[in-house]
Amino acid sequence: MIAWTIYITFAGTILLLFLPRAFSRWIALLTTSSTFAISLATFGRQDLDLAHFATIVRVPWVPALGMNYHLAVDGISLTLVLVTSITAVSSVLFSWDVSERPNEFFFWLLLVVGGSFGVFLSADLFLLFVFYELVIVPKYFLIAIWGSTNKEYGAMKLTLYSFFGGALVFIGIIAAYVSSGSLDLNELARFQFTPQLQSWAFPVLFLGFAVLAGIWPLHTWAPTGHVAAPTAGSMLLAGIVMKLGAYGGLRVAMNLFPQGFQMWSNWIAILAVIGIVYAAAVALRQRDLKFVIGYSSVSHMGFVLLGLATANVLGVSGAVLQMFSHGVIGALLFAVAGRMIYRRTHTRDLDQLSLMDLNRALPFAAFVFVIASAASMGIPGFSGFAAEITILIGVWKAFPIAVWITGAGMVLVAAFTLRALKKSFFEGGPAAPSGDVKEFAASPPLMTSPAERSIHLEPITIPEKLGANLLMFSTLAIGIYPNFLLDRIQPAVKAMRFLAR
Amino acid sequence: MSYLDLLKLAAPEAIVTLTALVVLVIGLTTSRGTVVAGVSVAMPQRGAVGTAAPTAFCTLVAALGLIIAIEAIVLLPSHANLFHGMLVISPLNSLFQIVCLVLAFFTVLLASREIPNYGEYLAIVLLATIGLLLLVSSEELLMIFIGLELTGLSLYLMTAFDKTDIRSAEAGLKYFLFGSTASAFTLFGLSFIYGMAGTTSLAAISEGLAAQSLSPLLFAGIVMTFVGFAFKIAAAPFHLWAPDAYQGGPVSSAAFIASGSKVASFVVLGKIVLVGFGPVHGSADWHAMVAGWSPVLAVLAAFSILIGNLVALVQTNLRRLLAYSAVAHAGYTLLGIIAGGREGFSATLFYTTIYAFTLIGAFGVVALVRRETGGDDLQNFAGLRARSPMLAGCMAVFMLSLAGLPPLAGFFGKFYLFSAAFRAGANHGLLWLVALALFGSLISLYYYLIVLKVVFQTEAAETRSLSSPAQNGLSRLTIVFAATIVLFLGIAPQFLVARIIAALQ
Repeated sequence: MIAWTIYITFAGTILLLFLPRAFSRWIALLTTSSTFAISLATFGRQDLDLAHFATIVRVPWVPALGMNYHLAVDGISLTLVLVTSITAVSSVLFSWDVSERPNEFFFWLLLVVGGSFGVFLSADLFLLFVFYELVIVPKYFLIAIWGSTNKEYGAMKLTLYSFFGGALVFIGIIAAYVSSGSLDLNELARFQFTPQLQSWAFPVLFLGFAVLAGIWPLHTWAPTGHVAAPTAGSMLLAGIVMKLGAYGGLRVAMNLFPQGFQMWSNWIAILAVIGIVYAAAVALRQRDLKFVIGYSSVSHMGFVLLGLATANVLGVSGAVLQMFSHGVIGALLFAVAGRMIYRRTHTRDLDQLSLMDLNRALPFAAFVFVIASAASMGIPGFSGFAAEITILIGVWKAFPIAVWITGAGMVLVAAFTLRALKKSFFEGGPAAPSGDVKEFAASPPLMTSPAERSIHLEPITIPEKLGANLLMFSTLAIGIYPNFLLDRIQPAVKAMRFLAR
Repeated sequence: MSYLDLLKLAAPEAIVTLTALVVLVIGLTTSRGTVVAGVSVAMPQRGAVGTAAPTAFCTLVAALGLIIAIEAIVLLPSHANLFHGMLVISPLNSLFQIVCLVLAFFTVLLASREIPNYGEYLAIVLLATIGLLLLVSSEELLMIFIGLELTGLSLYLMTAFDKTDIRSAEAGLKYFLFGSTASAFTLFGLSFIYGMAGTTSLAAISEGLAAQSLSPLLFAGIVMTFVGFAFKIAAAPFHLWAPDAYQGGPVSSAAFIASGSKVASFVVLGKIVLVGFGPVHGSADWHAMVAGWSPVLAVLAAFSILIGNLVALVQTNLRRLLAYSAVAHAGYTLLGIIAGGREGFSATLFYTTIYAFTLIGAFGVVALVRRETGGDDLQNFAGLRARSPMLAGCMAVFMLSLAGLPPLAGFFGKFYLFSAAFRAGANHGLLWLVALALFGSLISLYYYLIVLKVVFQTEAAETRSLSSPAQNGLSRLTIVFAATIVLFLGIAPQFLVARIIAALQ
């Protein structure tokens, strides 16, 4: 049944091409919410073996080359399908106001979503790669046509980085395919590749995937891409696309080449730790709210990579949980910054925002941003905490020193989040203090002053509220009861071969 | 063997020849008296109303003739060999004869009826098609050379056919001078091969060469033979004619050069090196460049990929851009031949076929845009999405397929080619070439995306329509059909791969 997430999404894209624009957002909403319903319903099923990557569909595709249309699901895939569908629904809700060429917009958006479902469910290496590459071009159009700030540069940079990663993955996949003669992920996972092949194929493959996960120093597409993208684009990038990279690294690179992974895991950990601290430090100095969030994404994805590098059950399960958590939180942060603030104030500059007294003008946005920031900082009770603590316990077993450094990194995360929160919502306008009546009278009240303008902002619409509530509920629910996901992730992780025992 | 049998086996070629003659006669009898006035390129004036019907009739006859020829191929016996390989009928040859005929069919449908002396033009297209059919179906050096020349001469004419445009004449002359020099080299090389092996039949050459070591004389013969083919497939450094020929001539000529001629050349090149030169392949591996034809082709491929992609980056004319990208694609396609074996060859054949369909579609879009806006620079494509969403969508299909993105045929084609190349060579010795090709694809994505950016995002300064809707309808249909093929072969590559592999058994 979970395979229908793919079919429904692609059916939605085809419908969008042929139906008039008045229907477009409703089609998108209908498609994404039905995928959400399907993935939730699959969670409820007891008869599914989520500990193994169990086949659900297998049809010969190109028998001459051993390619199959082969889908499978386990706890890891299912978790990621769930976060994809949650992000997809909310990104459609947050694009409710797209009026320019809405059909095309939702067409590209659904292509990203459908391709991502495909990646998470593919059990055939070639099929996985098809879906993986399918996601590249829609991102370009989403950003280059509907984006803002420097959009063509951001779009091209992101696309070329993705394609560069794809080229590395291509080499790795061909190496695996040619050496083993198979493309079935489960068969490949059992195949004994020679250590010599693993020693070079693993880093090529992992690095290729990690480009999309925002590994330092190949992360620079992420901030510029996030900033240039329209709101839904940033939400998809943070919520879904970065997960594709991390998932590929886990499912393909680490699972197929365990010995190569052992050789290189220290390096991954080092890059991940640098990424966490470096991105957080850079975020502290940004003036553009979306840049802050963009770098925070890189920092959070650093935790995912660090968790993967530990090669123990806790670390890797935590990494998968963090993928879910960051997907939801990152999407929420970008929704506030892009849709709630930028669409209304037309600025994301923190200094200008600090003059607007947005706390009073947009109380709901302020509330959502507080929740999202708290979740992002890793306050207990939100999914970020559950994920990061699981990862850090895992890291403690593998790389004790890394825990100390990342601990410092987490302080930086808290610092830049609080700074952004304060500057954007809670600094108060120049007219706010009650004692300054005299000064206020001295300068004639201009309607153009930011504080005045902010009073007349359009109120938060219902679709925004729905989307924000969905995301907030998700992060809170998983924060309170992480075992809902962990119980399904851990058996699947335990079944993998690379674990250090 | 009686002449009747011969005629039966050569029926496809005979039918196309007849069609060419009929079209020529129709063209000559109807266009008499029509004075070709000085028509500027930017504002092509419609010819006299009276010529519309005969040109349509010419198209109809040519298209019908090609369809009947395809039918004839289907009805041929599956195996036959005439005169020691001069005309060989095998599943592989028949398959690619059909491909060439379909490409010619598309070209006929796309050809602008505003070309002066339209009937003659179609007749020359058909003559070139005969050359392609002979090329594809012969396994003998002399016949191959005759096929090459027939195709070449027709293509030179087709390139120079637009008498109203000086660039067309320039392109034709350039193409002719380069082409005849390359042909001379090839003929010289073939004479060496003949001298060494004592025969002109490919299978016999293979036996003759198996006994010998790679003497300098043989090596010189091989290299010179390749000059002509490298010219045909526009591989660097023999690509210099391509940008001008693609840009200067009528769009349909460029489309045919880029598609039909290329497919046939790759089929023949593959046969010559894999069948004829099989014993002296050498090795193109990175640590062991053993002399033979492999390293020669590897160097050609590497140059083509680098030069084609890098120069394409700075082009502002779409036809020139496609020409340089064609150079790069020739490089990718060579990978399969270098890899060798059945897998490599089938990868090459698959790739060159889908590439041909992609390019003919892309040139179709160029032709329509040229008719509508009077030019084919990148800026002429601005606002295409608003003018015609369908054409814009087709253009996206073609460009993304060229860049090698799923779910389009180019993606599968590249995967097939690169995995074949990776498998060949001891210890993944061709990895360097695969990596280079992937790097080239990365570069190419940039300029293809620039094209799509112009199509989808940039607003047009003004919209003019100079076109005649009736013919545009036919061209549109052709383009959509080509896009459908590209999409279909991307989703279900098995359809073509299985046929090619079966034909290669």
